[in-house]
Formats: sequence, structure tokens, C-alpha cells
Amino acid sequence: MTVQAKREGPALRLMLRGELDHSAAQGLWHRIEDIISYESPRDCCLDLSKVSFMDSSGIAIILKTYRMVNSAGGRLWIENAAQQPLRVLDASGIDRIIKITALN
Amino acid sequence: MKEGNYIKLELPSLAVNEGFARSAAAAFCSQLDPTLTELGDIKTAVSEAVTNAIVHAYPDSIGTIYIRCRILAGDIIEIAVKDKGRGIEDIEKAREPLFTTGGDDRSGMGFTIMETFMDSVKVRSRPGSGTTVTMRRRIEKRRKGQ
Ligand SMILES: Nc1ncnc2c1ncn2[C@@H]1O[C@H](COP(=O)(O)OP(=O)(O)O)[C@@H](O)[C@H]1O
Ligand SMILES: [Mg+2]
Repeated sequence: MTVQAKREGPALRLMLRGELDHSAAQGLWHRIEDIISYESPRDCCLDLSKVSFMDSSGIAIILKTYRMVNSAGGRLWIENAAQQPLRVLDASGIDRIIKITALN
Repeated sequence: MKEGNYIKLELPSLAVNEGFARSAAAAFCSQLDPTLTELGDIKTAVSEAVTNAIVHAYPDSIGTIYIRCRILAGDIIEIAVKDKGRGIEDIEKAREPLFTTGGDDRSGMGFTIMETFMDSVKVRSRPGSGTTVTMRRRIEKRRKGQ
């Protein structure tokens, strides 16, 4: 699992790539935490276009990222979720607090 | 004859095996010609059950995880994930959405996802002796060209 960060004005786009499961989650969280503290963006976009698999360990990562961004007064949203991650996001009900757009 | 066909896998509870376990289950299911959605759902449910065995059943040791996939009459795939770990005190409570004993590294949505993606999820567990999660999903017959 890799993360690439791209500045887009006041927002930071985090491009995740790979399979987001429990084995990837811990390393991924450390990297996300590092990048967000270093860049300290206002808002943050999680771009899932290159996430080929995600389970509930991904939901925990997204919620932790949401709390980090939210507690600094910023917004977090999710873009480009492919079909499998999208079904997991839907089942989790996370769309009640985080805006999600699907990969077309 | 696909009915009665099965595979059995035995693996140590290492996180690195999560990807292999779900891919192996998906590869076994392929003989029923599932859609990509069905395959994704099964992969996800297996990932949840195997992760639970790794994280919750054997929290501070490496134990063995036993996986059996088999095909039942009527194009039903059954997957059982068994551990001989810590066991679950209150199964009903464990299955509630958002319930977790894992802190903020976990979401408490594992069982909810298994229940959403599979037709049935049965949990047998005894504290101190282990847990077996048995899930079933019927693979829809597809018309030619679909
Ligand atoms: N195989 C298992 N052995 C012991 N406890 C388990 C097992 N599977 C699940 N549990 C318990 O059930 C709870 C809920 O599981 P789940 O819905 O997957 O959420 P999460 O894994 O995010 O905690 C876990 O926090 C744990 O307490
Ligand atoms: Mg779980």
C-alpha cells in the first residue's frame, strides 16, 4: 500500500494505492498521520481510484483520518471509490458523515 | 460435479496471510462462475473473518486458522473460518454494528459487513476454546452472455 500526496489549494489529495486491509493498515496510518501533520492542510481528499480492495480495516483508517482533519477544523471527503470499496463504504454507513463519490 | 467439492487451508495467524486467504477462497468460488460483485463480496467477508481470527482470537500469539470452502447443492458456497483462540463472551453483542474490543484501530463493522455480503452468517464460539464463523452465499445462475 502506498500513499502519494498532492497539494490542491487549501486541500491535500491523498492518493492511496493497493489493497487496504488489516495487514496494510498500520503502516498506512503512520504515513497518513505524518503527511497530514507535515503538510497541515485545511481539507483533505482521500482518492481511492487505485484501491483495488478494501475491508473494514479501511473504514477504521478513514475514520481516524476524518477525526484528525475534523479536529483541526477541516473537511474530509472520498473520491473515485471503485465498486468493491464502494460496497464496503455503503455497508458501513460512513456516508452519513463523509461525502463519497464513485469512480465513474 | 461441483457439488461436494471443497478445499481446506490451514495457516498461521500472520497478517501477511490475509490477502492469500481471501484470494484462495475467491479462486475456489470461480468454478460457480460468479459475477465480479459476488466475488468481491465473498472476498470481503473472508477478509473480515480471517482478520478477526488474527486480531481478536490470537491477540498476543500466533495460532492456527482453519478455512474450509465447499460447494453445496443449489450453487451455494459455504466458507467456514475457525480458530482455537480466545473465543467470544457475548456473540450477540459482538455482532452489533460498531461494537469492538479493538479500540480505534478497528471499526466494529466486520460482522455487519459479513452479514450484508453473505446470505447467512453463523457464529459458534466458546470463551477459551475458539470461534467458528460459517458463511453461505448462493451464486446466481447467469443467462448466456451475461
Ligand atoms: N475470532 C474471534 N475471536 C475472538 N473474538 C472475536 C472474534 N471475532 C470477533 N470477535 C469479537 O467481536 C468483536 C466485533 O468484531 P467485528 O464486527 O469484526 O469488529 P472489529 O474487528 O472491528 O472489532 C471484536 O471486537 C471482538 O471482540
Ligand atoms: Mg473485525
